[in-house]
Amino acid sequence: MASAAQRRIKSISYAKYGYLFILPFFIVYFFFQLWPLINTFILSFHGNGKDGLDAFVGLDNYKAILFGGSNRAIKMVHERFFTSLANTVILWVGNFIPQIALSLSLAVWFTEANLKIPGKGFFKIVMYLPNIITAASVAVLFLQLCGEAENTPGALNQLLNKIGVVSKDAASEKYDTIKFITGVWQSRGVVMFIQTWMWFGNTMIMLMSGIQGINPSLFEAASIDGATSGQVFRKITLPLLSPIMAYTLVTSMIGGLQMFDIPYLYHKDPNKVSNDLKTVAVYIYEYFHDQVDPKMGYAGAASVILFFITLILGCIAFYLTRDKDEIAKKKQIKKNQQQTSMVGKQFGGRF
Amino acid sequence: MSKMKSVYGEPKDNYTASLKRKSVILTIWFIILTIICLLPIYILIVNATRSNSAIANGISFIPGGHLSKNIKTLFKDINYNTVFNVWIGYKNSLLITGISTVFTVFFSAMTAYGIHVYDFKLKEISYTVILLVMMVPMQVTSAGFVAFMLKLHLTDTYWPLILPAIAAPAVVYFMRSYMKSSFPLDIVEAARIDGCSEFRTFISIAIPMMKPAIAVQAIFAFIASWNNFYTPNMILVSSKFKQKTLPMMVSAIQASDKFTDYGAIYLAIALSILPIVIVYVILSKFIIAGVALGGVKE
Repeated sequence: MASAAQRRIKSISYAKYGYLFILPFFIVYFFFQLWPLINTFILSFHGNGKDGLDAFVGLDNYKAILFGGSNRAIKMVHERFFTSLANTVILWVGNFIPQIALSLSLAVWFTEANLKIPGKGFFKIVMYLPNIITAASVAVLFLQLCGEAENTPGALNQLLNKIGVVSKDAASEKYDTIKFITGVWQSRGVVMFIQTWMWFGNTMIMLMSGIQGINPSLFEAASIDGATSGQVFRKITLPLLSPIMAYTLVTSMIGGLQMFDIPYLYHKDPNKVSNDLKTVAVYIYEYFHDQVDPKMGYAGAASVILFFITLILGCIAFYLTRDKDEIAKKKQIKKNQQQTSMVGKQFGGRF
Repeated sequence: MSKMKSVYGEPKDNYTASLKRKSVILTIWFIILTIICLLPIYILIVNATRSNSAIANGISFIPGGHLSKNIKTLFKDINYNTVFNVWIGYKNSLLITGISTVFTVFFSAMTAYGIHVYDFKLKEISYTVILLVMMVPMQVTSAGFVAFMLKLHLTDTYWPLILPAIAAPAVVYFMRSYMKSSFPLDIVEAARIDGCSEFRTFISIAIPMMKPAIAVQAIFAFIASWNNFYTPNMILVSSKFKQKTLPMMVSAIQASDKFTDYGAIYLAIALSILPIVIVYVILSKFIIAGVALGGVKE
């Protein structure tokens, strides 16, 4: 079909242009991502001297972080790592469960065709708004809202007082405030709330686009058969949404392990991150960012551990939520093929 | 749905009634959520217009008349404008964000184009590498990144904040998927026959055709870069005040003990989120559509 000119053009190799077009990406990728990753591994096998690269120490940094030691300083490294890991898990679980419950229910309600809700577009826009606001500003804002001075209870406590949750002593004019910044679980609760507040809109929109991708004839068939909305949700929406749920879970988990801005900034005492909020990302950051005495070895080793945790979690989540019907179907096909080939052999390969 | 009703007769009355009741309850629930979403921001704006003592005394939902005084404190008082200078912050953030956004979309489009249009030996491998990279979190590589930048003496410069924008795997992935669905290769051949050079084809044919994808990704790259606190905070270490980005200045408020005027603090925070909120209000429809698109991609 092709004309002579087109054929001639096809015979010219354009491969070098392909390389030329992707070259900038890979140069930058090598220098700013791949090499830093390798460098992190290298650092993790070296000492904790001031200039970053000290003598080779093998697995000592990993040993110190994972198992501790008799030395008091090393014990600290070990204990602080596990505290930060526990904090990360607590903060992540505490924001993911309400977030997914809220987003999933909202996504289902928003996509339910026979409900008459005015201003869906407006609600969506407002609920996504917290996600685009600078996290650093959000942290400082909530610090102001939740904070309290000696004689003033702070905005949030005042609000709770108006509702009647926080009581005010009539004689001394003092409020029985909730310690939103210094309290262990109170401060964690605030950070969980901020994370949920910032991310539920994003998750909701992603789940909504997933639900809208489900074949509408399924919902129609269900409603003709007289299924209740609960049944539709359990039997149709949830199973068909599982790939996107897996995606949400994995991205949220990886994001949760990276949690930095808000735990790092949410504390009253200048330059001292609250120990109840210190996440793994903050732990690593404090080691390599220390201006006086950076400990690159520990930072590197902790980063590598974080890397593998991320990897394992990602694999588990994908394994748990993989499409089981699809796999069963593939197995069946394979079985059928085997059977036919066996039958073929029986009859001397005439099949 | 309405068609169905006409085929199967009118639904029972209690069915319609229960639907109506559910709609009302849900609308109320959505309004409550809207209030929760907006309340912190509303209090922020209200408090930015109130005086220090008024804020300390109680919460209010009506704006006060202290805005001009707070502005004066924030901009004129030496204790305040040496910690938080909104103009320097805007300028630096805009410089870094602007250049890196252009880099991200341009080079991602270029990489996606290279992989999509040409056939070469390493094509599939390079695409797989890009997909794998997508999953590696920044926090994992940052220790090695900072150590490397220290060695190159690039800390306290903007290079480590701008140049990495060229390699944005997620954006490449998005652009490639977009090209697969809406960039026929015949166009490239037609351009070749007309004597158009390869690079020229990319610039004057591919880029205009990819405008929708580029616009969506540019918005997200802009927001991500503008809000980035982690990277600037670790690269601009010994930093002079003049170099700081806006999120760094906001975080400095929290660390400073000179910031004692609540009104000025709230005003500073409000100014720091103002540009991004304006951008959002203008582009919200695109942004919501873009997020939805991102959800389908997996």
